[in-house]
Amino acid sequence: MLKGATELRSSFIVSVDMQGIVKRFGPVIANDHVNFQVYAGEIHALLGENGAGKSTTMSMLSGVYRADAGDISIDGKRVRIHSPKDAMALGVGMVFQNFRLVQSLTAAENVVLGEKSSFWRGARWMKEKQREIEAISERFGLAFPVDRPIWQLSVGEQQRVEIVKTLYRGARIIILDEPTSVLTPGEAEQLFQTLERMKREGKSVIITTHKLKEVMATSDRISVMRKGKMITTINKSETNERELARLMVGREIVLTKQQKRPIPGKLLLNVQQLDVEADHGRKALSALQLRVHEGEIVGVAGVAGNGQKELAEVLTGLRAWKGGSIHFNGKEIKTASVRSAIEAGISHIPENRMKSGLAGSLGIVDNLLFKSYRTEDHSRLGFLRASKNRMWSQELVEQFDVKTPDLETPVQQLSGGNQQKLLFAREITRKPRLMVAVHPTQGLDIGATEGVHRLLNELRNSGSGVLLISEDLDEVLQLSDRVLVIYNGQIIGEISAEHADRERIGMLMAGLSTAGEAAV
Amino acid sequence: MELTTQLLIAAIAAGTPLLFATLGGIMNERAGIIQLGAEGLMLMGAVTACLTYLQTGSLSLALLAVFGVSAALGLIHAFLCVTLRANQIVSGLAVTLFGTGFSAYLGKSVSGQPLGTTVPRLQLPWLEPIPVIGPIFANLNLFTWVSFVLVIAMHVFIHRTSWGLHLRALGDNPATADVMGIRVQLFRYGYVIVGAALIGLAGANMLLVYSPTWIEGMTAGRGWIAVALVIFARWNPIRALFCAYFFGVLDTLGFRIQLTGSDIPPYFLKMIPYVVTILVLMFLGWRNRNKPSGTPEALGQPYIREQRF
Amino acid sequence: MRQLPATEAAASQRGTSGMKRRFSFRLELDPSRSSAPWWTPILSVALALLLCAVFIAINGMNPITVYMRMVTGAFGSSFGITETLVKAIPLLLCGLGVAIAYRISIWNIGAEGQFAAGAMGATAVIIYFPDLPAVLTIPLMLVFGMLAGGFWGLLTAIPRTYFGVNELITSLMLNYVALLALDYFVFGPWKDPQGFNFPGTPMFTEAQSLPVLGTTRLHLGLVFALIAILLYFLTIRYTKWGYELRLIGANSNAAKNAGININKHILIVMLISGGLAGIAGMAEVSGVTHRLMYGISPGYGYTAIIVAWLAKLNPLGLIVSSVLFGGLIVGGYSVQTMGLPSSISSMLQGAILFFLIAGDMLSKFRLRSGG
Repeated sequence: MLKGATELRSSFIVSVDMQGIVKRFGPVIANDHVNFQVYAGEIHALLGENGAGKSTTMSMLSGVYRADAGDISIDGKRVRIHSPKDAMALGVGMVFQNFRLVQSLTAAENVVLGEKSSFWRGARWMKEKQREIEAISERFGLAFPVDRPIWQLSVGEQQRVEIVKTLYRGARIIILDEPTSVLTPGEAEQLFQTLERMKREGKSVIITTHKLKEVMATSDRISVMRKGKMITTINKSETNERELARLMVGREIVLTKQQKRPIPGKLLLNVQQLDVEADHGRKALSALQLRVHEGEIVGVAGVAGNGQKELAEVLTGLRAWKGGSIHFNGKEIKTASVRSAIEAGISHIPENRMKSGLAGSLGIVDNLLFKSYRTEDHSRLGFLRASKNRMWSQELVEQFDVKTPDLETPVQQLSGGNQQKLLFAREITRKPRLMVAVHPTQGLDIGATEGVHRLLNELRNSGSGVLLISEDLDEVLQLSDRVLVIYNGQIIGEISAEHADRERIGMLMAGLSTAGEAAV
Repeated sequence: MELTTQLLIAAIAAGTPLLFATLGGIMNERAGIIQLGAEGLMLMGAVTACLTYLQTGSLSLALLAVFGVSAALGLIHAFLCVTLRANQIVSGLAVTLFGTGFSAYLGKSVSGQPLGTTVPRLQLPWLEPIPVIGPIFANLNLFTWVSFVLVIAMHVFIHRTSWGLHLRALGDNPATADVMGIRVQLFRYGYVIVGAALIGLAGANMLLVYSPTWIEGMTAGRGWIAVALVIFARWNPIRALFCAYFFGVLDTLGFRIQLTGSDIPPYFLKMIPYVVTILVLMFLGWRNRNKPSGTPEALGQPYIREQRF
Repeated sequence: MRQLPATEAAASQRGTSGMKRRFSFRLELDPSRSSAPWWTPILSVALALLLCAVFIAINGMNPITVYMRMVTGAFGSSFGITETLVKAIPLLLCGLGVAIAYRISIWNIGAEGQFAAGAMGATAVIIYFPDLPAVLTIPLMLVFGMLAGGFWGLLTAIPRTYFGVNELITSLMLNYVALLALDYFVFGPWKDPQGFNFPGTPMFTEAQSLPVLGTTRLHLGLVFALIAILLYFLTIRYTKWGYELRLIGANSNAAKNAGININKHILIVMLISGGLAGIAGMAEVSGVTHRLMYGISPGYGYTAIIVAWLAKLNPLGLIVSSVLFGGLIVGGYSVQTMGLPSSISSMLQGAILFFLIAGDMLSKFRLRSGG
């Protein structure tokens, strides 16, 4: 087929050659003598788990970071890339995981932002540019409204703006950092077609990812990184998912679901017809229905920004709601209050642990006390029971195996995995009836992720209800007893674990309740 | 003259220094740097203008010195905020406290000494016959004309030039600006320095035109009002013009009420601008409670390229 | 061959495998240094003195003589020392007030107005109840001074919590309003009819004045200030409420997740913050000037901001830095006879703050070689 032909034609033209790249962040070695080669006209997947160093490598190629040592060659010439500007001049363009778009500017303005050619930007100049941009979008199948400000665009559209931005600036080497993490399976499919078109025009496409299925679906060659080291580069035709998984984590892992499913207990959380507004008065949840029983894990799958954040906030008392009812443990909850949520036994693993879960500059004891300091056990007559709290903290640190020099160390100095353990220690020690966990494994390595999954399973087995909100579909499928799909502020589908299949969930995530029919 | 005309003239006279300071503030904050040093910068501008003018008798030399001194203070602020990534609020407070103290120290010898300057006025007698606004524009001083030009220039600059596009990106999303090849640190330095110079010019304007005698702390909080005006104007130069004139009217309102023979104590009348500032901020807060306020999104956040540690 | 600087030599030893770079230095944040070391305040004071020495020299005077005079003026005699302490009292109380607000990231720069409000509140007691005995007058003055200052603090907190208005501008605007109100009273209804038009109230009686130490001017306000510092220390360290404040200061989002009502705390903290400045105002009229008068504060409220920063919000540090700045004010007065304006001390204060923030930040960086 065509694919074979391109491989033959281009396999000897090396467009990117990185040799012996070293990058340190403080004491951490993010890249340890990494060698990496990309051919012109191929789609090259850079595979690795979170923290393997793949984004770091790409950031050095695109000039965001500077390497501590090593050489980079583009099209056979040794180059120095000190800034994104240098990279762009060499034809390297990067689409970041967190888009680099100015929200208040229009899509077209964002595309031409870095252009130096003309100082004057009258209406006519802008019109001309818009036409140019539209021509590029058409050529690669990347449609978006050019004259609307970014904040009005969907996530998928924003990503297209990002890609057009690199193409507009003449990039021949295009790097996409975790491009599908924010897309529905349908949008992802569309993106892969765009990548094919770029490849056909002779561009080198690099995608970083940790999703094996994607790698197998799109790429020509695959490079695997692990713990800052480049493990190997192989042709897709010569490998399979199982081998890649082994290379990625360094040991054979068994991707099986837990088989034993205990029968759920009585109804714990019953949410009926919930209407919620987001920060600027936009509707976030409308007529949402949700039930969680004791002893089950309910997973909520969905693309970011469909109301997950607001749902978690309402359940933990952080956000008021407009209409509908919430019953917890048989009693109706009338007003939003974090205090009463805490007292009712609702625990919360927030989305971003350092932003809203932990106080980075405070020590272990202070961070463990967060939700318990009001109880008799921890304070009396307005005073904290200091020595008792220390002993209690020491026990928790040991029980949950938090690695820390001492109890006074500011938690921002702990590793991500240890921070998350600390957070779980705090939330689980209160013996919660319901745990609301939002992206609980974000940014953790495989070992820490397994730990988190084990904790959630134990919690379920001990009879608590767990509501797991995650964008990582694999995680949701692996852990949940029931999977709910949230789209546009509504639960549009419920699937039991036994019958869950990715394709069906993917269609629901895109808002299609049955094939071809829009749900909302 | 009609009352409207009189009021407008007063508004322009008292409002122009506020306008310069507000424009300077807009420039700083659009680039993402909070400038709370306005009060100190205005005082330094005023005292520098006073001393230089008394020494040399030259208006242009005085203005040159004002630019130099306030740009230097802006440079310090920029160094602290951009290079050292210090807390921009504290750095601004330091500029204000230092400027207040230093201007008092420098101006001690000339305190209370009238200047007797005449800032050139543009005489356009053929405008006189136009009702209401004619008499105003027929006899405006140089500072006011410069401020008009500046408002339009800044508006065009922000919305119609590539550098203006960069400026908007700088305050909203410096990381993006950086990736697009815009030199974030360099441009932030530039805008902070130019903004500071404009605020210094506001002080000079006040001293040379509005009240031509140096008195310790003569700006009486106008720098802070300008900080609030940046918010009222929603970081837009055209709006800044109207907001500044509105506060210009308020500034002279007390004096005018007194002239009518009212027996409200003058102290209460002098409170008007300060109290109205708070009330307007509260009103805006109430009205914008569910809307984005137009604040540059990265305002107050230092930018570092290598953000991972 | 010329001796290469160590780093350059190392770079060239790496040979061809290492990336060739220009010899240059770069500042990088060092993650292991999260808090600034103890010596930056001292260094910043020293550098500020050095900078101001330049200005003094330009003024045609020997900076060493001037500084010596300032030091002897402030600390060289028992009179100087007690005067310094007298100035340190309002600085300590106001500085503590703003420090508590800064703990939860509330930028109260309105201590000046809260101080004036406290002075007015205390004086109102005397104006309306002139003949009460000391045992009643003094506590009443204290309570009303505190309430007036606290009320003024609340005027800043309410727009912030209910309307989302930045407290910096509000608190600063309220300074001018409070000082104008004070002017109104001392030039108007409260003016001493026998005062030859002096803008001030009649002198307070013995019963309306705070007791002083011996023949000095050092008054009971010092005890108020020290008690306040002690309470602050104990509260932050050992109480539930102090823990909540620490939490809000460290991460307000996380505090919300812990069920802490931040707006409520802002109101309480601003009430206390203003109340402390109010006590300072009360102590000043009742202990030092013995009347409410025009220009009662030489900018205590503004100096307090620097006092709090120099102390890094630490209780012991607050005591040290308020005494230092008290000395600076007294020393500033004592060089006036040499023909230098006393505003030299406010210039020094501003310079200290500059060097302090620069030093704090610089100490978190390390110098790295290589581009």
